[in-house]
Amino acid sequence: MATGQYVPHAPGYVDTDDPKIVTSRFGYDDSYTLERYLATGGYEGLKAALGKTSEACHNITREATLLGRGGAGFPAGIKWGFCPADVWPRYLVVNGDESEPGTYKDRLLMERDPHQLIEGCLIACYSIGLSQCFLYVRGEMAVAQQRLADALNEAYEAGYVGKNIMGTDFSVDIVLHWGAGAYIVGEETALIESLEGNRGMPRLKPPFFPAAVGLYGQPTIVNNVETLANLPWLMSNGADAYKAFGSETSPGTRMFAVSGHVKRPGVYEVEQGVTTYEDLLYGEKYCQGIRNGHELKMFIPGGGSAPWLFPEQVSLPLEARPVGAAGTMLGSGAIVVMDDSTDAVKACLRVVRFFARESCGKCAPCREGTSWEEKILQRIHDGHGRPGDIELLLDVGDNISPGPYPVAADESQGLEAVPFPPRQTTICPLGPSSVAPIVSAIRRFRHEFEAKIATPVQLNGDDAERSEVGLRGSNAPSEAEGIAS
Amino acid sequence: MSRLNEANVTLAHEIIARYPKPKSALIPLLHLAQEQEGWVTDEAMAHLAELVGVTPAEVKGTCTFYEMFKLHPTGRYMVNICTNIACQVLGGEELLHHAEETLGIRPGGTTDDGMFTLEDVECIAACTEAPCLQVNYRFGLRLSNDDFDQMIADLREHGRSDQLITANPGEEIPSHGTLGLTRQHLTEERTGGIVAPELVTEAPVWLTSEPTQEGE
Repeated sequence: MATGQYVPHAPGYVDTDDPKIVTSRFGYDDSYTLERYLATGGYEGLKAALGKTSEACHNITREATLLGRGGAGFPAGIKWGFCPADVWPRYLVVNGDESEPGTYKDRLLMERDPHQLIEGCLIACYSIGLSQCFLYVRGEMAVAQQRLADALNEAYEAGYVGKNIMGTDFSVDIVLHWGAGAYIVGEETALIESLEGNRGMPRLKPPFFPAAVGLYGQPTIVNNVETLANLPWLMSNGADAYKAFGSETSPGTRMFAVSGHVKRPGVYEVEQGVTTYEDLLYGEKYCQGIRNGHELKMFIPGGGSAPWLFPEQVSLPLEARPVGAAGTMLGSGAIVVMDDSTDAVKACLRVVRFFARESCGKCAPCREGTSWEEKILQRIHDGHGRPGDIELLLDVGDNISPGPYPVAADESQGLEAVPFPPRQTTICPLGPSSVAPIVSAIRRFRHEFEAKIATPVQLNGDDAERSEVGLRGSNAPSEAEGIAS
Repeated sequence: MSRLNEANVTLAHEIIARYPKPKSALIPLLHLAQEQEGWVTDEAMAHLAELVGVTPAEVKGTCTFYEMFKLHPTGRYMVNICTNIACQVLGGEELLHHAEETLGIRPGGTTDDGMFTLEDVECIAACTEAPCLQVNYRFGLRLSNDDFDQMIADLREHGRSDQLITANPGEEIPSHGTLGLTRQHLTEERTGGIVAPELVTEAPVWLTSEPTQEGE
């Protein structure tokens, strides 16, 4: 049973002495209960908001430049302003369908502090007149669903959600909704389709963005879990206090999940913009460097969709604009670190396979292209690559994302960075994302691809079997280095 | 017998009432059907179609898009091992291979005793705790081969395992199809009024009214 003790390291989350906005309760083992929430300033932000006009609350969010935390990094206050005037009702859809490879922060926010998210939803609804909120949680997150269901039941019972909230004329319902396993549903228009009970395929935009035509054709705000989780603190402390953290263009803090070959992987809340990848990867209070005496080979800086970065780019700040100019994206804040023992072809294949499996099939370039990319990479990896396969891969990629694809600079070859974002022949960015690992890996590690193509593998019985289960050439640490630490 | 049972029909009506349009309830209702039978049957889909007022084909269309809905019986425990990039570099594929040997099945297969179905899945959002897996969507983190074998033995014997994280410590792992053990309950007197979008024509009252004195 929960005891209310402060346990500094909850699974996955690493506590530091950095200022905390959204993870302040993560250390308590009863952090998800209403009792603990109220004892640590819970629902004070909502109370402060209800004492102001809706307009004033919207302005605070706008002034704070609260950037969306889902991946695109668009300011929430401005997004809210895109709702057409005098079209009612308006809805709020919370995007908790976190499934970008490497990403996890929303799951922790939902599991460990569900009331903070609920309060954030209420503040958003109050600010711009959203009359119902749907909390779309990823289907695979059973514990998060249970914690949110419990928290919503408690909050309804205590009068924080529902009719006449805290004795005012503010009434809003929050409905817990959950998905059933589809990465593409994290795209906001696909999320709305899914919430309408349909196959989760993205809608064409422009001309109509969800803020104008969304759920049931009504104005709909789709916000990420972490974005909304910032609102209670923001309303309690104000925009100036919020802007005291982080950099001028990226104020506040942000959660970063650092996984892979670092000594202390974990989810860290750090100040945006002023912290660098180097700080996170090598800092004593963060990941403490690459494990087992290896060297950094490459890292994914913002989720599986992001082009890769390399050792010479670690000094980049955790801020959207410079990272975008360097040829990739800050994305969902997921950093996957790979050391010099990693097989670049195999890593590339695994990320591409993800997109091939998750393509919704609506647009032909993605539906056909991603599976071709996977097939070609698989045969190269298996030792059956053909001369010209590298060019073929790039050509298939070019059909999904035409023109120069965003990629990091490579000084040793005298190559400059191509800035983000990629162009696309598809409705949503899923297909173009599959090209990111291919272009990154081929530009930097072309010799690894060439070596595999040049040395075909003769399968004997044993190799054939191993190859079939995808084990040929392991990317895991050797037994001596250990797996779990 | 694989239409929704009486208790679940009551629950289904409660769920449908939460949405401005009934079809929105489809995914939660498909989960309910899967919870009852362990998988989604054609009869259940036809029943759901009646409940939300669409055709059975539309229900099947939605159902088949989502990976969690199974159209065939599965094992009591769905063992999902992540092999995506963050797990791959820390031994996710090796753990899957070990699981194949221990259980004697390939991904997609079910053990002869109907206890375990194995799957090779995409990122399940526990990347810093690789290699990781889920059993009926409860996490097991940083598992060694021995941990895995212990977990399988625990599940066979007690229906729970210390290797798996549940919402409350020591909770049993429900059989496949059940997600969260508690549900949201919306009582009529406390809801703010959930209606079809076409019935709302004006801005909510609080947008135009004066704020209360409660705050600062």
